[in-house]
Amino acid sequence: MKKIKTPLLKVDSVGIQFGGLKAVSDVNVELYPGELIGLIGPNGAGKTTFFNLLTGVYVPTEGTISLEGENLRKLPPYKITQKGISRTFQNIRLFSELSVIDNVKVAYHSLSKHGILSSVFRMPIHFKGEKEMDEKAIEFLKIFNLDQYKDEKAKNLPYGKQRRLEIARALAANPKLLLLDEPAAGMNPQETHELMNLIALIREKFDLTVLLIEHDMPLVMGVCERIYVLDHGQLIAQGKPEEIRNNPKVIEAYLGEEVS
Amino acid sequence: MTTIKRAKGFWLSILLSLIFFAVVQVLIGGGSLNPFYQNTLMFIGINIILAASLHLIIGITGQFSIGHAGFLAVGAYASAVMTMKLEMPFYAALIVGGLASALAGLIIGIPSLRLKGDYLAIATLGFGEIVRIMLLNIDYVGGASGMQVSHLTTWPWVFASVIVTIIVIRNFTSSTHGRACISIREDETAADSMGINTTYYKVVAFAIGAFFAGIAGGLYAHNFYIIQPSNFGFLKSFDILILVVLGGLGSLSGAVLAAILLTVVTTFLQDYPETRMIIYSLVLIVMMLYRPQGLMGTKEITSMFKRKGGSSHEKNKNTAA
Repeated sequence: MKKIKTPLLKVDSVGIQFGGLKAVSDVNVELYPGELIGLIGPNGAGKTTFFNLLTGVYVPTEGTISLEGENLRKLPPYKITQKGISRTFQNIRLFSELSVIDNVKVAYHSLSKHGILSSVFRMPIHFKGEKEMDEKAIEFLKIFNLDQYKDEKAKNLPYGKQRRLEIARALAANPKLLLLDEPAAGMNPQETHELMNLIALIREKFDLTVLLIEHDMPLVMGVCERIYVLDHGQLIAQGKPEEIRNNPKVIEAYLGEEVS
Repeated sequence: MTTIKRAKGFWLSILLSLIFFAVVQVLIGGGSLNPFYQNTLMFIGINIILAASLHLIIGITGQFSIGHAGFLAVGAYASAVMTMKLEMPFYAALIVGGLASALAGLIIGIPSLRLKGDYLAIATLGFGEIVRIMLLNIDYVGGASGMQVSHLTTWPWVFASVIVTIIVIRNFTSSTHGRACISIREDETAADSMGINTTYYKVVAFAIGAFFAGIAGGLYAHNFYIIQPSNFGFLKSFDILILVVLGGLGSLSGAVLAAILLTVVTTFLQDYPETRMIIYSLVLIVMMLYRPQGLMGTKEITSMFKRKGGSSHEKNKNTAA
């Protein structure tokens, strides 16, 4: 059924080489609107590099990436974000000296209409724009249960809330595709469970497609509809969770070859 | 609620500064403020503008630029040429000085702001030296012997420039554009991935900072009877950098305070020429040992008043948690 729709994101034999090292090569991925997809693989398989390729941090040395049929090649990261791909980071990268609400407001910046001069001269459009941003940001923080911390500096939040804030910030940029890089890293089982419910909720509410890197296998198997497996920079398997679980190549990549 | 409070604080500070202006103006008019103190006041004003403009580049946008004397020199010479050679009025000369300096900021900023950290510092240091050496070799502006400038800088000009500088930089900082700049300082990769055009905002901050440094240059030039390229060496850049670091990186009121404090200290140390530099350095060393985050840290004076009202709210939060 889903194959009839046009893909939201189409990654066509993409690869990147750093000097002699092929970090990612010949990766083909298609994501359809509304899917929740997992990307797994052992350490150093190239998962984060793949995210960096999608978001324009790296320019692929081969292949093409297109979002809704539009080629993203050589667009700077901020333009790709404006086109609708937004992400979180493996090691949290919040704007730590800014308040919680300002972190979210930064993501609204590209949607703001008041220019520098109207802000400097404090024209009515400046106040209107800033007020709209404030209201939208508070609404957003409420969804993530962070509104009572809005004036706190981001660096003072506990770890789990920082993770949540990072997801909130990524969503505020109004993406069509949300990339989550190990969102549950360092969380306890309770927090992980809450996070998964949250991801399911925002996916419904914002009509999102989500691509998720995660190490926690039960978690990935539990929530993702399809899974891609990367190893040594190459896709070694893709399919439904149960297919992946029994795939000999995947078992080999994770546990090593059988001796004998 | 907070916006009303903020607006009140804003008008209050405008009112207070106008009263200060009027008092000083009356004192100067009545002749009870001798030229030495007048000159110190001018210097304080010029240093405040310089510190505030560099604060926007280093403290807010996080771009470590140490060629600020170059912008000062461009503004000083451009405005001096305007008044002395082209006989334009002083206000026009000031604006031309600022614009020339902003243009220099754009020209140097667009290529060099791709660099980060120490590399940017070296590039901007180089820019400052290039400006100085170019001025040394242009005979039109007097070369090494300098350029005669008439004394046009008066207290009202200095005061108006200081107020405009502070208002513009404050308004820029506390808007979505300022937040974009702060996000670059905090984490450039994350800012980029939040849809912020980081190169654009770095260049904008650089150009605005350069513009006000140029205005300061115009005031500086017309406060002396002569300007020479040697006034704008890299030591001058470091003097400005010290103001920003001492005030606390990221704090506008800190930069202003440090500018006032250090100008007063240097002025009064002129009576002890043998020990002047030693005492000055000691002040800086002691300051950095006991308050490495600077006078104000990242806080503003206005936020100190706000906290009094907010403390009960914070207590509530703690008990709730």
